[in-house]
Amino acid sequence: MLNLLSIITFTPAVAALILAVFLRGDDEAAQRNAKWLALVATSATFLISLILLFGFDAHDTGFQFVEEREWILGLNYKLGVDGISILFVMLTTFLMPITIGACWNVTHRVKEYMIAFLLLETLMIGVFVALDLVLFYLFFEAGLIPMFLIIGIWGGKERIYATFKFFLYTFFGSVLMLVAMIAMFMDAGTTDIPTLLTHEFSAGPLNLLGWQIMGGMQTLLWLAFFASFAVKMPMWPVHTWLPDAHVQAPTAGSVILAAVLLKMGGYGFLRFSLPMFPVASDIFAPFVLWLSAIAIVYASLVALVQEDMKKLVAYSSVAHMGFVTMGIFAATQQGLDGAIFQMISHGFISGALFLAVGVIYDRMHTREISAYGGLVNRMPVYALVFMLFTLANVGLPGTSGFVGEFLTFMAVFQVNTWVALVAATGVVFSAGYALWLYRRVVFGPMIKDSLKGLADMDRRERALFAPLVVMVVLLGVYPALVIDLIGPSVAALVSHYDAALAAHEAAGGLARN
Amino acid sequence: MTSLDLTLALPEILLAIFAMAALLGGVWFGQDRVAPMILWLTAGLMVLLAIVVGVGTGDPRPVFGGLMVDDYFSRFARILILLSAAAVLLMGQGYMLRQNLLRFEYPILVALATVGMMVMVSSGDLITLYLGLELQSLALYVMAAFRRDSARSTEAGLKYFVLGALASGLLLYGASLVYGFAGTTRFEGIASTMQDGQLSLGLLMGLAFMLAGLAFKVSAVPFHMWTPDVYQGAPTPVTAFFATAPKVAAMALLARLVHDAFGGAPGDWAQILAFLAAASMFVGAIGALMQTDIKRLMAYSSISHMGFALVGLAAGNAAGVQAMLLYMAIYVAMNIGVFAFILSMSREGRPVVQISDLHMLSRSQPAAALAMLILMFSLAGVPPLVGFWAKFSVLAAAVGAGLIWLAVAGVLASVIGAFYYLRIVYYMYFGEARDEALDNDMGVVERVLLMGAAAAMVLGVLNLFGVDGAAAIAAQALVR
Repeated sequence: MLNLLSIITFTPAVAALILAVFLRGDDEAAQRNAKWLALVATSATFLISLILLFGFDAHDTGFQFVEEREWILGLNYKLGVDGISILFVMLTTFLMPITIGACWNVTHRVKEYMIAFLLLETLMIGVFVALDLVLFYLFFEAGLIPMFLIIGIWGGKERIYATFKFFLYTFFGSVLMLVAMIAMFMDAGTTDIPTLLTHEFSAGPLNLLGWQIMGGMQTLLWLAFFASFAVKMPMWPVHTWLPDAHVQAPTAGSVILAAVLLKMGGYGFLRFSLPMFPVASDIFAPFVLWLSAIAIVYASLVALVQEDMKKLVAYSSVAHMGFVTMGIFAATQQGLDGAIFQMISHGFISGALFLAVGVIYDRMHTREISAYGGLVNRMPVYALVFMLFTLANVGLPGTSGFVGEFLTFMAVFQVNTWVALVAATGVVFSAGYALWLYRRVVFGPMIKDSLKGLADMDRRERALFAPLVVMVVLLGVYPALVIDLIGPSVAALVSHYDAALAAHEAAGGLARN
Repeated sequence: MTSLDLTLALPEILLAIFAMAALLGGVWFGQDRVAPMILWLTAGLMVLLAIVVGVGTGDPRPVFGGLMVDDYFSRFARILILLSAAAVLLMGQGYMLRQNLLRFEYPILVALATVGMMVMVSSGDLITLYLGLELQSLALYVMAAFRRDSARSTEAGLKYFVLGALASGLLLYGASLVYGFAGTTRFEGIASTMQDGQLSLGLLMGLAFMLAGLAFKVSAVPFHMWTPDVYQGAPTPVTAFFATAPKVAAMALLARLVHDAFGGAPGDWAQILAFLAAASMFVGAIGALMQTDIKRLMAYSSISHMGFALVGLAAGNAAGVQAMLLYMAIYVAMNIGVFAFILSMSREGRPVVQISDLHMLSRSQPAAALAMLILMFSLAGVPPLVGFWAKFSVLAAAVGAGLIWLAVAGVLASVIGAFYYLRIVYYMYFGEARDEALDNDMGVVERVLLMGAAAAMVLGVLNLFGVDGAAAIAAQALVR
């Protein structure tokens, strides 16, 4: 199939169009139809994407399933996947049916809700498969529109503030990247990502307004991209939109935000910052490593004192994304493997945690930790599932959370021991906030009357968690599933990075003589 | 070959003759009863002329010994002007009827202003330039004060007239300086007096005064003061007209002047334009933040958008002109859609213009709200909507010309601007349902234009409907 990637990308959008055009009315039947159509469409997308996974040749480090077509203003519509991006595509298609399942109880404007999620899926997949700079930007930015609406229309009480903050923060970060992209277009004469990956952007010193800039053009481009991806990740100190957005977003919105949207930042670092601006990445690596270490410790400490469950999970996301940036900018095979693994695993774990919060929120309509206690008495299955994901979040060996953290630690320890040391204390804190949350919600005496009538998870909720449980345990005991797939591409990236640095060193040596 | 010259200028001549005939006809047949008919005839003629201009009336060449130029650039601009004027005429009819404002002079004034604009964009001489500009301006002054018994409308007309006359004076003074130092009013003659890309001081002064006068017409900061008041005071269809065709004409005239007459010294005017662009983008974006009246908001929005279009011109090359033309085409399409909606905003039969009146529009008119949502995101420049490609092309032109600071300023202003567009989305979608919804009685023309504009914003991502290619040809014709 020549258009496999286009089919995967646009199947949800077609379903959204069908919903928008053909589904009329807002009665119960129409709502059920909308949900089922969305579920079928997202499941179909996942099934089609399996063809992609099985047809993928992990030993080929180039781009596969490439499609190219001429587009407007001298740009190309070009799609393709390599070992780095294919997993993010799979993560997105895998999580979408679960996300749709998570909004089964929604009764407010169901049709529009489903359309927003379906469009969002198209845009998310598009980000990971785009092989044209501007096409990437288009998908990357367009995702803001459905998310803005999802939080703004279906969110909680403070949703207006949260969604404006979310939109303007991310928009502000990205527009600078747009200017950088145009500058790259002018410099290299193309927006084709595979070509740009081999293009050497000038790294000679540059004078700007009397400032001597190390790494020259690469540094400026790197900073512009960093502004965008750091906000998206989000990295400390530009993370503040995330807790607000998470708390106000509906459950399904939180799931997709934590599980996929945050990964776009990490993917951007891997696809652009590291291979295209190696010299600048090398210059800024210590800076990013320290920011990551601060993020891990700071976000973990903040998570400790949260009273809102969703906020706690949101801060834990910030901390875990700290491991990702740490691994990426260690710039070794282990570090990158670990970072990608951590992103995939965090996709499952954080998604599951937000779902878990959603399960009890649906019953009690509060996210206050103090409103709960002793849930294990009434909801044993829930307690078990919640425990698994709590421990996975802490990074217990045998769950997927462990592998990513371990690999990134190993990489960073070799590059910068102090950062590793500081970040390691964050792991202790993370055990602290996660286990304490678990104790306060699940254990203890069940003293509140309102909790006594709680029912355990129903069949739908169990079905939502089942695939996540399988993935977290499977990847925890057999991480080679992921590592083998990404290994060759990551190895190619690392060798390209090292070669570029060595070449720059050699050139710098010549210049000095 | 005067006969050939006449055929090349045929669209302008036809429209002018039609306007005068309609004036006689209107008086003869008893005033306002025939107004709707004249309006439809005018709009029809405009569409027809747009087709005539598009199909082409012979090879591009100077007309009347160089007084006018009929090239692809002027054709592109004239088509855009004619089509947008026709669209605005048609969508304003319902509003003017309801407000009891539909006098037969209205379409005639629009037609005369349009003739002026067509002359402006094809001028090859300072005299033609001024002639076209004044014909346009005089018609617009009257239109701004069209609601004679309203103090606001009269104030808008007067304000526009006084400030516009000042701007015309500046322009004329600049033109006389240019004539004095170049010894000719012909654009190519002025261009030939330049040596090694250097302007003499007199020419530079003349250029600066002319740019100031034209900056007033495109409402670029710091010559923008009239815009919010005039937009707010004028009847809404007139505001819609102000926001579209005259902006295209003034911007095209600006491009024509700087490239045809002063193309040899881009360094001298590009700086001025870059400053105007940066100031307009920011003042427009910040000024719009706190507006409560949607017409005032659109005024500041248009100031900001003119800033972006000027970014393209400031690049000073063919890519920049192409980007500017593309930007203007997209800007006009978005504005026609938005104003088609604003025209239909009413409650219990009375027109309203407060942004808060849009409260929960998504409940009462889901289709219109969705179209407005798309248009707002497009105005904000969020991909994949076409408004993004407008911004992208001007930014690319600026970066290509080395104006990275201007591109950065542009994107920062667009973030500020995003806020107030989102605010409209917020009113339409995020509130709790209330009873007092807007009337749901949009006219057919308004509905078609609103939906069409919104659909174009989405579908344009496929190939921009080929407008970028046409703009490229037009830009090549201007910048050789």
